[in-house]
Amino acid sequence: MIDRVINSRGFDNFDFRFIGLIFVILGVGVLSIYSVTHDQGVAFPFYAKQIVWILLGTVAFLVMWLSDYHRIARLAYPAYAIILILLAVVLFEGKSSRGAQRWIPMGPFAFQPSEFAKLVLIVTLAHYYSKAPRVGWLQRVVLPGLLVLPGLLLILKQPDLGSGLSFLAVYAAMLLMVGMRSKALGVILLFSLMLFPFAWEMMWGSLHDYQRQRIMAFVDPAYDPGGKGYHALQSRIAIGAGELTGKGLYGGTQSQLKFLPEGHTDFVFSVFAEEWGFLGVLALLILFVTLIWLSLEIVARARDQLGALLAVGIICMLCFCVVVNIGMTAGMFPIVGIPLPLMSYGGSATIMTMASLGLLLNVKRRRLSFF
Amino acid sequence: MATAGLHDSELGELQRRLIILRVGLLLVVALLALRLWHLQIREGPYYRDLSENNRTRSVIMEPARGLIYDRNGVLLANNVPSFTLYVSLEDVKNRELLIEQLTNLLGLDEALVRKKLMARGSKQLPRKVKDRLSLREATLIESHRLDLPGVMVQVESQRNYPGGVTASHLLGYVGEVSPEQLEKPEFADLHQGSIVGQYGVEKFFDRLVRGQAGQKSIEVDALGHEKRTVVVEQAHAGDNLYLTIDVRLQKVAENLLGEESGAIVALDPRTGDVLAMASRPGFDPNVLSRELTPKQWAEIVQNEGRPLNNRASQGQYPPGSVFKVMMAAAALESNTVTPSTTIHCNGGYQFGRRLYHDWKAGGHGSVDLRRALIQSCDVYFYTVGQRMGIETMASFAHMFGLGEETGIELPSERIGIVPSSAWKQKAKNEPWLPGETISASIGQGYVNVTPLQMASLIGTVANDGVTFRPRLVRAVMDRATGALEERPAVPKRTLKLRPEILPLIKEALAGVVTEGTATRAKSALVTIAGKTGTAQTTALGKDKKAEKDIPKKFRDHAWFVAFAPVDAPTIAVAVLGEHMGHGGSASAPLAKVLIETYVKLNLPAPAAVPDGTVAREADAGGQDTR
Repeated sequence: MIDRVINSRGFDNFDFRFIGLIFVILGVGVLSIYSVTHDQGVAFPFYAKQIVWILLGTVAFLVMWLSDYHRIARLAYPAYAIILILLAVVLFEGKSSRGAQRWIPMGPFAFQPSEFAKLVLIVTLAHYYSKAPRVGWLQRVVLPGLLVLPGLLLILKQPDLGSGLSFLAVYAAMLLMVGMRSKALGVILLFSLMLFPFAWEMMWGSLHDYQRQRIMAFVDPAYDPGGKGYHALQSRIAIGAGELTGKGLYGGTQSQLKFLPEGHTDFVFSVFAEEWGFLGVLALLILFVTLIWLSLEIVARARDQLGALLAVGIICMLCFCVVVNIGMTAGMFPIVGIPLPLMSYGGSATIMTMASLGLLLNVKRRRLSFF
Repeated sequence: MATAGLHDSELGELQRRLIILRVGLLLVVALLALRLWHLQIREGPYYRDLSENNRTRSVIMEPARGLIYDRNGVLLANNVPSFTLYVSLEDVKNRELLIEQLTNLLGLDEALVRKKLMARGSKQLPRKVKDRLSLREATLIESHRLDLPGVMVQVESQRNYPGGVTASHLLGYVGEVSPEQLEKPEFADLHQGSIVGQYGVEKFFDRLVRGQAGQKSIEVDALGHEKRTVVVEQAHAGDNLYLTIDVRLQKVAENLLGEESGAIVALDPRTGDVLAMASRPGFDPNVLSRELTPKQWAEIVQNEGRPLNNRASQGQYPPGSVFKVMMAAAALESNTVTPSTTIHCNGGYQFGRRLYHDWKAGGHGSVDLRRALIQSCDVYFYTVGQRMGIETMASFAHMFGLGEETGIELPSERIGIVPSSAWKQKAKNEPWLPGETISASIGQGYVNVTPLQMASLIGTVANDGVTFRPRLVRAVMDRATGALEERPAVPKRTLKLRPEILPLIKEALAGVVTEGTATRAKSALVTIAGKTGTAQTTALGKDKKAEKDIPKKFRDHAWFVAFAPVDAPTIAVAVLGEHMGHGGSASAPLAKVLIETYVKLNLPAPAAVPDGTVAREADAGGQDTR
């Protein structure tokens, strides 16, 4: 798939396809957000804000793409330290919304450190694995685990289940790719990762009330349509009602008439599915799979350990978010509040995702510049 | 790149492991696609239905009930807009909370609200919780709308009776269809909260007046706010009814009874048209058409005056001497007596060991049939009855329409009792006693009639033997087409009597007013014929106590039946005053006033409208049968 024609100076077709894909998905996202919020009647509606986030994200993308990723990696530890401090600040100074304290207010906007923490963690772990001598369990598993732990705890304290899970997923993916010697172990890890949501109830006691309710909703969403299972049921209705060809743009009654909550953020996929149907959904899945496939090509062609690790971490995070988000809107997983990358409304998430993809493409570029 | 060599193997290992990610990715995405295929393709139609239901609310559009007019087009029942509170259960998240909010906000009875919301029935259709909200209540609800998801205030037409208590028993009232009614086939197309007639004409003609409910589909958002309305089916207003009553006469009849209990019925003997039908005490149908609390309802039902009882068609009383009109015809037709047969009355009739008194202590001396009627001689009719026998008496009573429904178009008409040996065997499982025949011959004992039957009886006499079924509705106007359908007068039966009999009786009845027991009914305006009756309610015997010493509830019922004018009768009247004493003194004057009123009303009208309150409607005039 990767273009064999090497052009050491400029950008090749691969880059264009990669960037093109990103913007197609971003565009689909903006369209869906527009569909839900176009009649809000406020001066600065969500879709317009999202376009601003995408512009800022483009800047982040360019910065991450065009810098030397080795230099970026060298900033990992200080960056991680700063993120930990920000996560701590959130707990004390942050803005609350729906029982969770995740945001640091910044003027008219709010900044969500846990989103950025994911990327920083990836860089940190990649940096760690590429530098440290990795022999034995202690250095392969335990030490990186200790690195992950403070961030994870701070995030779970907010509580932000989704980001916490992403954190774990990144760590697990890194372990799988480099930390573990045994392939068997790696496979087990992968599957336990996939099955993780189902083993969820083990952690029942440590959950917040609203989290428990969401999980209850997962167990039996039909038993109380007005109450706890509301999100899950309305989301399933929205997706199912799309049928093969969808109800068309603005035709999604579930979202247009506000039955579906959070239609522009966590449940943007349901909006899309209702309006564009199974065909649209398949097309979207193909877009995501292609993007990830191209990313995997970058890993396969990575010239050094750091680049490969960075790429793998970003890919795993992306995959995890896409799969868990779609899975939860489709009623396969509990609702854990993970946005759909590139599509859900949200400044921090959009900028972070685009920065990550910039870094990913950077890995390929740097490989070329070696020659 | 000092460590490159060492790392190269690791990098290679990592890149080889990418296959796990690739397989895993495809696997998981395939799972997702499968799930989405299941949701959107296999169960798609199901979820589409759910989403349609999610956004649309069916709302019943109640039809406007047909209007009711009197014979001259005076409005008796119409509809006024009012606010009705509905709850769409689908939108209610927390039912208990809503019940509490509604109870606090409107001061509703909590149990009542709960009952309404919990009642069985479709969840799709909104539940009616309260009607006739005041403007203040409606505003209160609207201003709290955001806190009350699923609560809707609809403007609906509400039944209104401009005349209040006037003609209440006749018009009846409306109310919500009850769960028991809903089970019945004739209410099949109705739903909880539908308004149906529950009494009177409203009930009897409900099918015509009810109209047909429409339905609209309201697209709502998640908060229950209306976004768009699609009318699925228009509501069709019910048909208008034009009654036979003249509301002016009706009011006079009601005022004549005043605070007394009783009934007055006035018929046009030529057609059976009910000109007035008063029953006192009455009720305000406006109140009864409202939703009553159980306590209010109990107060009405347990009221000693039994205001809900239509005494004209449902009250059963011994006819007393009014029965003698029928007896006279029976005696002649059965050849028990001839017009010239005289019987001596000395104030009592000895039968076995019992003496049956005449109302007049000294007796009437020798009387023939005519005088016996004029004087209302009991002994004459004791004798006649005894000679005739109870079976003959019963068969003639039936001929005169007693012991059967008159066929008036009102629900739950009572038929009274025409006693006979067969009847007594069946009803009491006892043999007929000869003495009972004697009581029956003056309309006492087991004989029971309704004032309506009496009016019909005297009307039959006035109309030379032809009985018309009492007619309440003169015409029906289809509101959709505007077509006015006249309802014909229905002759029910013709008495098979020798032709000389009825003129003789009519002449005697005229004598009752001119020289007999009912001289108080004598009118300067019109010739009136009639017959008094004083129905004993308890066996006080003939102790001849002064009437005012007897407690009211033991006093006799006062009857008077009449028709006028004597030679060409246009009105037949029956007056019953419960416990008002003697028919001649208590009831006859009332009949006189009523008849005079009727005559005055039907004088050739002067150019100007005589009564300013009468609002004539262009389409209501029709062809008056006056």
